[in-house]
Amino acid sequence: MAQVSMTVNGKAVKRSVPDTTLLSEFLREHLRLTGTHVGCDTSQCGACVVHVDGRAVKSCTMLAAGADGASVVTIEGLAKDGALHPMQTAFNDNHGLQCGFCTPGMIMSGVDMVARYKAEGRELTEAAIRHELEGNICRCTGYHNIVKSIQDAAARM
Amino acid sequence: MSVADPLPHDSARLHVTGAARYVDDIPLPANALHLAFGLSDVAHGVIEALDLSAVRASDGVVEVLAAGDLARPADVSPSAHDEPLLAEGRVHYAGQPVFVVAATSHRAARVAARRAALRVAPLPAILTVDEALAAGSRFEGGPVVWDKGDAEAAIAAADLVVEGTLELGGQEHFYLEGQAALALPGEGGEMHVIASTQHPTEVQHKVAHALGLPQAMVRVECRRMGGGFGGKESQGNALAVAVAVVAQATGRPCKMRYDRDDDFLITGKRHDFRIDYRAGFGRDGRIRGVAFRHLVRCGWSQDLSLPVADRAMLHADNAYRIPAMRIESHRLRTNTQSATAFRGFGGPQGVAGIERVMDHAAHALGLDPIELRRRNYYAEMPAPRPDRTPYGQEVRDFILGGLTEKLLDGADYAARRAEIAAWNAGQRVLRRGIGFAPVKFGISFTLSHLNQAGALVHVYTDGSVHLNHGGTEMGQGLFQKVAQVAAAEFGVPVSAVRITATDTAKVPNTSATAASSGSDLNGMAVQAACAEIRARMAGHLASLHQITPDAVVFAGGAVQAGGARYSFAEAATLAWQGRVSLSATGFYRTPDIAWDRARGEGRPFYYFAHGAALTEVVVDRLTGEYRILRADILHDAGASLNPALDIGQIEGGYVQGVGWLTTEELVWDNAGRLRTHAPSTYKIPAFGDRPAVFNVALHQGANPAATIHRSKAVGEPPLMLGISALMALSDAVAAFGGGRVYPALDAPATPERVLAAVERMRG
Ligand code: FES
Ligand code: FES
Repeated sequence: MAQVSMTVNGKAVKRSVPDTTLLSEFLREHLRLTGTHVGCDTSQCGACVVHVDGRAVKSCTMLAAGADGASVVTIEGLAKDGALHPMQTAFNDNHGLQCGFCTPGMIMSGVDMVARYKAEGRELTEAAIRHELEGNICRCTGYHNIVKSIQDAAARM
Repeated sequence: MSVADPLPHDSARLHVTGAARYVDDIPLPANALHLAFGLSDVAHGVIEALDLSAVRASDGVVEVLAAGDLARPADVSPSAHDEPLLAEGRVHYAGQPVFVVAATSHRAARVAARRAALRVAPLPAILTVDEALAAGSRFEGGPVVWDKGDAEAAIAAADLVVEGTLELGGQEHFYLEGQAALALPGEGGEMHVIASTQHPTEVQHKVAHALGLPQAMVRVECRRMGGGFGGKESQGNALAVAVAVVAQATGRPCKMRYDRDDDFLITGKRHDFRIDYRAGFGRDGRIRGVAFRHLVRCGWSQDLSLPVADRAMLHADNAYRIPAMRIESHRLRTNTQSATAFRGFGGPQGVAGIERVMDHAAHALGLDPIELRRRNYYAEMPAPRPDRTPYGQEVRDFILGGLTEKLLDGADYAARRAEIAAWNAGQRVLRRGIGFAPVKFGISFTLSHLNQAGALVHVYTDGSVHLNHGGTEMGQGLFQKVAQVAAAEFGVPVSAVRITATDTAKVPNTSATAASSGSDLNGMAVQAACAEIRARMAGHLASLHQITPDAVVFAGGAVQAGGARYSFAEAATLAWQGRVSLSATGFYRTPDIAWDRARGEGRPFYYFAHGAALTEVVVDRLTGEYRILRADILHDAGASLNPALDIGQIEGGYVQGVGWLTTEELVWDNAGRLRTHAPSTYKIPAFGDRPAVFNVALHQGANPAATIHRSKAVGEPPLMLGISALMALSDAVAAFGGGRVYPALDAPATPERVLAAVERMRG
């Protein structure tokens, strides 16, 4: 068993979990934050993306113990006081979802991407968005509206 | 009015905040168990020994059951009763569940499932259609054959004959949410199942049968699926029955979700087809006759293969008037996953067959492939003398002539074709190609009695509306469209309508949400229920105000009666005080359809939905790699109930169709084991595969058939627009040979296949 403490969505949490517990399992099963989805179990679909110390991470590729001491933000922690994050608003307004299963991962990846490009002063082109999201699969939308959503959010962020 | 508004998906806000619940997200009671199947890794054989002692001894394991341990035989097939939940004596494919483990966690169950000692004495496995044909391994005794006129004579008399073979691969659904089900045992033996399923009623039937309970004691619920695409029409039965059986045996709640690799290995996929064709054309480019042979690889059990193969036959004409046609359809049984429903349900394979014929003939005749297609189109609506399909249905609503013209104008086809030819002439390594595909898709279940739906609507005294119907939500936006219908009936905003989970205890005896029929059927049933309540409310207010009921107006969240104006809530309260029932069921059955399956004749479809796509690609001759440069789509959604949701279906359907025909390749090894069982080896379209320019528009126009607000079904037809990408690749490949040789590209046209085809061109 591993003692794991971290900050999740601004709250300090502490649990004793089996050593092999993945961060995705920790969030979903131990903290009941089920907005982080598991689509492939093998770090290929991107449905499980969360932020660990400000960087987008596929939470099924990381052990909970590996995030010990870290600050983790999940899709549930993105809205502030009931006000949606601009990325969330953009996915809603631009029909960037159908079944919604990929959506939390897309949004968390999108937020990280826009923030990084802004911080580095780089232009977030459409080609860059597509390239950045090669690790996120959506089976429903054909991606068109997801790209639009991220472009829209980038303009609002 | 709420109908026709481009409102977001009903759960959009829940999805963007991570608050939408799927089966695996539902909090479980503390004593819940998690299930996993132990699978056969042999494609065909006799179970000689199954030692489960190490499984039982594994950490956290509470129960282990093999077929012989079940209280009664449990079948999970949709109709033929040929799929035992757990293998009985023999295994029929690699991936077949042999036993089930229940443990205290998902992981403990999975770990334990690997510990069995299973010894199978292998029998010869039939894996390919050739092997199945040779061995006579098939369903229905022999091929199904439909003849219209004398195709052979027509072909023999034609000026030009084209013949060939088209291989079409299967397709994994890869719904992003894997299969999942949860069973909560209730008092007195009742069972409550929450499942990710397109067909709650079938799950209810299978569970009731497996538990030995009347259907009234089993309740099945589904709020949403994380994608379905046909893969949750019958393929979720096994999990639902397993959780219910173990819940009954242990008295504890049970949940099961397939790990992604298990999902690939266990569940059925789109049917792969081999289509042999011979077709005769006149010099004028008009088709005289065509003969098809469909070899359909159905897998080990019947599942839905017969109606899938039928629908392929029913779409072998696609958009074309064909004077003489013969189709021979062989439904072949193989030791592989049982192929199943997948968006289009055989239609895409049928359409791809005739599109190949058209493309091949255009090449042979030296005609523009679009021009050749247009010469063969059915007569445009309103036709004084409508054509008939080979199966005898009148085509009264054909609009592809005008739709194609509009698409080509908007996409600047003629100029681009010339520009591409000029560009290609100056290239050494690259060639661009352009391809077109129209679709005419028949709407209705071909099993006519399935074309029915029910709804249950309550109005409360605060004016809120509780909406329920038999359709299931898998991302397609059905719930929102139907809520828009309900809101329009009551003249209230959509926000006043509370959408609730599909539930066999509210609306019984439903059909699967399939065949694109969701909003057609359920929208009508909901409209009927709402109209009933509205009529009662109007009748009551009319008598209060001494006016006729039709003078009571429901609009803008208010009800106008005589000089009085009530809020909808006040009107509902008045009706309640007047002891008027504010709850109603609604029912709908599609009129005017009749289909004789044995003779292959009748009117199976209430109407047709149309669309057309033009796709441009560029191919690299050194690697066979390609990119989609541009796609233009015009699609017929009738008078759309929600244009934003419909356009989403078209975009997603097109990309999924392109995936099927280009990158998505399923590979079985010689022992019948599926080697592509994860996204690492099975290439689903990713962000970069989306067309660089993607223009999608609706062809607006009221459906001449009396559907809900004159809209048209839109779930499946757009998938076939992806065929235009295969045609474009073929065009580009042909350009490497200067257009001399027809590439006859098979699908999926992976870069390897394209490279090989380019090599053939260059001789
Ligand atoms: S579940 Fe983590 S990437 Fe798919
Ligand atoms: S919306 Fe269904 S997977 Fe993206």
